[in-house]
Amino acid sequence: MKLGLVIDLDVCVGCHACAVSCKQWNTSGTTGPLTDYHPYGEDPSGVWFNRIRHYEVGDYPNNKTINFPMSCMHCEQADCVDVCPTGASYKRAEDGVVLIDQDKCMGCNYCSWACPYGARELDRESGTMKKCTLCIDRIYDERLDPVDRQPSCVITCPAHARHFGDFDDPDSPVSRLVRERAGYQLMPELGYHPANQYLPPRLTRPVPVEDVKGKSLIHSVRDWVNKAVVR
Amino acid sequence: MAEDVQLYQFITIFAYSEVRMSALPEFERRERQQVKATTCYMCACRCGIKVTVEDNKVRYIQGNRDHPVNKGVLCAKGNAGIMKQNSPARLNSPLMRKPGTGRGEGEFVAISMAEALDILEARLRRIRETDPLKLAYFTGRDQMQALTGFWAGQFGTLNWAAHGGFCSVNMAAGGLYTMGHAFWEFGDPDWERTKYFMMWGVADDHASNPIKIGLEKLKRNGGKFVGVNPARTGYQAIADEWVGIRPGTDAMLALSMLHVLLKHDQFDWEFLIRYTNAPYLVVHTPGEKGHGLLVRDAEGHPLVWDMEQGAPVNGRLADITPALFHEGEVGGRPVRSVMALIAEEYLDEQYAPENAGRICGVPAAQIERLALEMAHVAFRESIVIEVPEGWTDWAGRKHYQFVGRPVSMHAMRGISAHSNGFQTCRAIHFLQIMLGSIDVPGGHLAKPPYPKHIPPALKPVKDCAPNTPLKGPPLGFPTGPEDLVLDENGRPRRIDKAYSWDAPLSNHGLMHMVITNAVKGDPYRIDTLMMFMANMAWNSTMNTAQIQDMLREQDEDGEYKIPFIVISDAYHSEMVNFADLVIPDTTYLERFDTISMLDRPISEPHAACDSIRQPVINPEREVLSWQEVQLELGMRLGFPALTNKDGSRRYKDYKDFIINWEKEPGIGFLSGWRLDENGNEVHLRGRPNPQQWERYIEHGAFFEMELPENTRYYRHANRDYLAFARQAGWVGSTDQIVIELYSETQQRFKLAGQGLYDGPMPTEAHHKQRLSTYFNPLPFYYKPLEQGRVDEEAYPFYAVNQRPMFMYHSWDSQNAWLRQLCAQNFLYMNRARGEELGIQDQSWCWVESHNGRIRVQVKLMEGCQPDTVWTWNAIGKQKGSWGLSGDANESNHGFLMNHLISELLPKRGDAEDAVTNSDPITGQAAWYDLKVKIYPAAAGETGTWPTFPAIKPLPNGNRSPGVLRYQTHRAVHLKRSLEDILTRGSVHDANQGAVAEEDEA
Repeated sequence: MKLGLVIDLDVCVGCHACAVSCKQWNTSGTTGPLTDYHPYGEDPSGVWFNRIRHYEVGDYPNNKTINFPMSCMHCEQADCVDVCPTGASYKRAEDGVVLIDQDKCMGCNYCSWACPYGARELDRESGTMKKCTLCIDRIYDERLDPVDRQPSCVITCPAHARHFGDFDDPDSPVSRLVRERAGYQLMPELGYHPANQYLPPRLTRPVPVEDVKGKSLIHSVRDWVNKAVVR
Repeated sequence: MAEDVQLYQFITIFAYSEVRMSALPEFERRERQQVKATTCYMCACRCGIKVTVEDNKVRYIQGNRDHPVNKGVLCAKGNAGIMKQNSPARLNSPLMRKPGTGRGEGEFVAISMAEALDILEARLRRIRETDPLKLAYFTGRDQMQALTGFWAGQFGTLNWAAHGGFCSVNMAAGGLYTMGHAFWEFGDPDWERTKYFMMWGVADDHASNPIKIGLEKLKRNGGKFVGVNPARTGYQAIADEWVGIRPGTDAMLALSMLHVLLKHDQFDWEFLIRYTNAPYLVVHTPGEKGHGLLVRDAEGHPLVWDMEQGAPVNGRLADITPALFHEGEVGGRPVRSVMALIAEEYLDEQYAPENAGRICGVPAAQIERLALEMAHVAFRESIVIEVPEGWTDWAGRKHYQFVGRPVSMHAMRGISAHSNGFQTCRAIHFLQIMLGSIDVPGGHLAKPPYPKHIPPALKPVKDCAPNTPLKGPPLGFPTGPEDLVLDENGRPRRIDKAYSWDAPLSNHGLMHMVITNAVKGDPYRIDTLMMFMANMAWNSTMNTAQIQDMLREQDEDGEYKIPFIVISDAYHSEMVNFADLVIPDTTYLERFDTISMLDRPISEPHAACDSIRQPVINPEREVLSWQEVQLELGMRLGFPALTNKDGSRRYKDYKDFIINWEKEPGIGFLSGWRLDENGNEVHLRGRPNPQQWERYIEHGAFFEMELPENTRYYRHANRDYLAFARQAGWVGSTDQIVIELYSETQQRFKLAGQGLYDGPMPTEAHHKQRLSTYFNPLPFYYKPLEQGRVDEEAYPFYAVNQRPMFMYHSWDSQNAWLRQLCAQNFLYMNRARGEELGIQDQSWCWVESHNGRIRVQVKLMEGCQPDTVWTWNAIGKQKGSWGLSGDANESNHGFLMNHLISELLPKRGDAEDAVTNSDPITGQAAWYDLKVKIYPAAAGETGTWPTFPAIKPLPNGNRSPGVLRYQTHRAVHLKRSLEDILTRGSVHDANQGAVAEEDEA
């Protein structure tokens, strides 16, 4: 299995629901707590597994706003795993999920330097590296309803911009979405082979207008005067 | 058979070994966890949630998949409920201003709830016995207006309203006076079927999740999304087309598109004739009494010109052939049909795209194309839904199809918060109506209990007396000057001057004027100001600094001009700091509550819905929900509806009241699981059911009743629906709801302004001028009032504000997680325009209006109309409030635009200097009319200005932690085996994955 996410940039409105949902699930989850620094003071910050970047492309008035959620891509070629001196960082053989053994991590940061996607977050209180687990503590939990055995970010997304599944299965919804919507990996040129993929904005369908253009005002008025409709 | 068994066993064993191979530990402490359903209150959207609670702490909040509003999803705010529940700003007990200290100094003593209620009871009893108008009761984050309005009515004060006057009354009034429903709570786009969606102005979050769910559906279905907004933020990010309009000019854009539709003969002729007053005849005698009123027969029926009979006939009859365009004479008076007036008005060149484009800052070709695109989708891509069982129209005729025009729209604050918002809202509805897209498949759908007759048949009560309940609701819908709430001298009777000549259709009151009016004693002084969850000393008021001064203002004898201020809030807000008595509210996870159809409904277009909240957390503080407080006070004060004849309490508590109180026989706050005569559970109408709360809790804290197929569209003219709605108590009759393109109500006020009305008329010149100018039976564009009263060259920028999606309608700059997403607001402006003015990205600048100046940090961006600056509202906080520490960004770098906005119109030395800065029709606060200039601050001038002294900590306040490590149980770690570490090679090794091999091959 190759588990991962598909994120639909056509409908992501940048609302941060996924990020906060991730935060609340995972702060009591398997690598929790997700520490917050200065939560009520200056420059509040904290450990988040999922962050939404907002960009503008193009100059006014041809500008566009892009919302870009980013979390661990669960790469095939996850260099973050290779560089780990303690073996804490690993990629699960059975499903490809990249995890960090919190009891082996010494917080050396090598992995975060190796990650081109900025997905790894050092918890300065625990001294360990943390990151998206694809909600490993949800997706196999048989005490949850099957529909709830998905990452918290996917369940919560109000725009249904996030999809979870197995990319090894060509018939899975995520595989189909990638095929049908020309899904792409982020920065494939770096060779990490991220599992997560993004769907580009759909093309807007042109709406024809020629067929609703009137003939002339005089013509219209003549029609208007004679048109009878029963109430 | 034997083979089957073997196979079955094999599968079982295989599956078991699979599980063992990837066996994971139990991560949750389920034996200590409970999941309870309730309703979110992180914003006004009211989504269903399932809360997992562990040892009285919130483990997880998930959207309720079965819930009609959010269908399982949940926004950032809803997901941050844990940090709301655990906010250090929570109040721990009632507080009283320390004797001998001044108001606003922040010196409090903690008192018990019993003491607090005794103090409040005594004060209220004296007011009620003498002059109930001395109590002004206004609510901010209200989702229980039916209850607070009921309470005010029983108390007997006219001085009650919720926050709609400074929020979105223009949208509610614009809709209810036009089509009997409105945007958001009273209506929604038909997301399943719409093919073209236009969103006007800031609307990111009326409502939160439903719009997001809907936008995705629209795009999945191949629909087009057009965003009309000065800033390309929020939902505009995914708009297929962005129209970067100048703020406050939307009416011109809408009416120019209407011009295009008329010019190209693109309007829904059948819809207009059958469902609107477009064919009605209007008296055309300019300058005379009666001009502009409908021509009526002796019974008062409006007349139309019947083309078959060649004569005027009752326009409410079926099977007549009304002329849509008609000009002639009836009874010796010249008359014109409404549609003829519409064509004459909007075909005028002033509405041509070239002219509109100059005003709106939108290319003329784009205006024309957008209008035609909508026409194409409406009329060339119409939808037909077959209804096999048929639906019956208002006249009893059977139809077997619903014809749909799949164009829909949504608008909210961006339109509403201008002083021309009412007419703008009507202009947008005009477009929808011309396209025939009201309550039709793919169009804009009403949500039960809407549509109502136009306007709803409730008039505001005018009189009150000591110890006497009001005879009706304090708020209602005037249809003419005789309905205003004025004294014998024509002066306002309400403290907020609602329903006065200043703002005749102020259906939601003017909460933003209460403090100013009470302090000035205009129209009179009050004794007690009681507010629930309203931050009127900070971000919810205009002119913040001066309002704070007013709250401290004293008479010569040392008495405060507002003698007593009572605040109920769950958190330590800036307003709490100005209270004399603080009644701490529970959080939304700690109380029983109802979200009632008598109130602001949560229904879906095709389902009648209401819901409840139930406590999922035990507060462990001395707090009481405002619901309970109201019930308790009402019973102590002997409200007739809450006490028996002998004065004893009629209800045990809030829960008991909700079950047993009936508005009319069979109708109460909750419409699910009532009882019929035989004791069977029925919905909508029925007698009280002692088990009602239990039923709601069993069913996920909500009630949803799907409407039958034949009652889902054309409900304004659908007798099947109207009969159903009448039985449910939603409408008073099954008469057709005729959509009012032409508003006779508007014309009556206009005539009053012109001195041509048979009834009350204003005496002051500025009132006459305002009525005759801004009231108009057909919507039109006028410049927002502030722009006519300031030097526009001196203040060249339009300044607007909005809330980020993750805080809109929330109370959560304090929220440890949400404030990490935005702890400082900037002033955003167009990059090229900023560079022209020598303003650098992230530099500090002065922003100045007629009302003052502020220093802010600027960010340059592309997605901003060049004449517009904007910011995130309500990020800036006063130091020491909301559990934030003194160094919080919100207090040192965040800012409020409110300082620049006056609650009164800009001074020009005329009578309007003392008039509210609001829509002259509805009293809607004109937040977005602001004009400003902007220039760089001097070197070394940094940081927000003005600054305010730090609010002192409360005597029993909570400590705000420097590091937060929230979890409900110790994490159960996953461990990697040593064997795996030692035996697995690099991720680059071929044995690490098939994909890598294939790529190399």
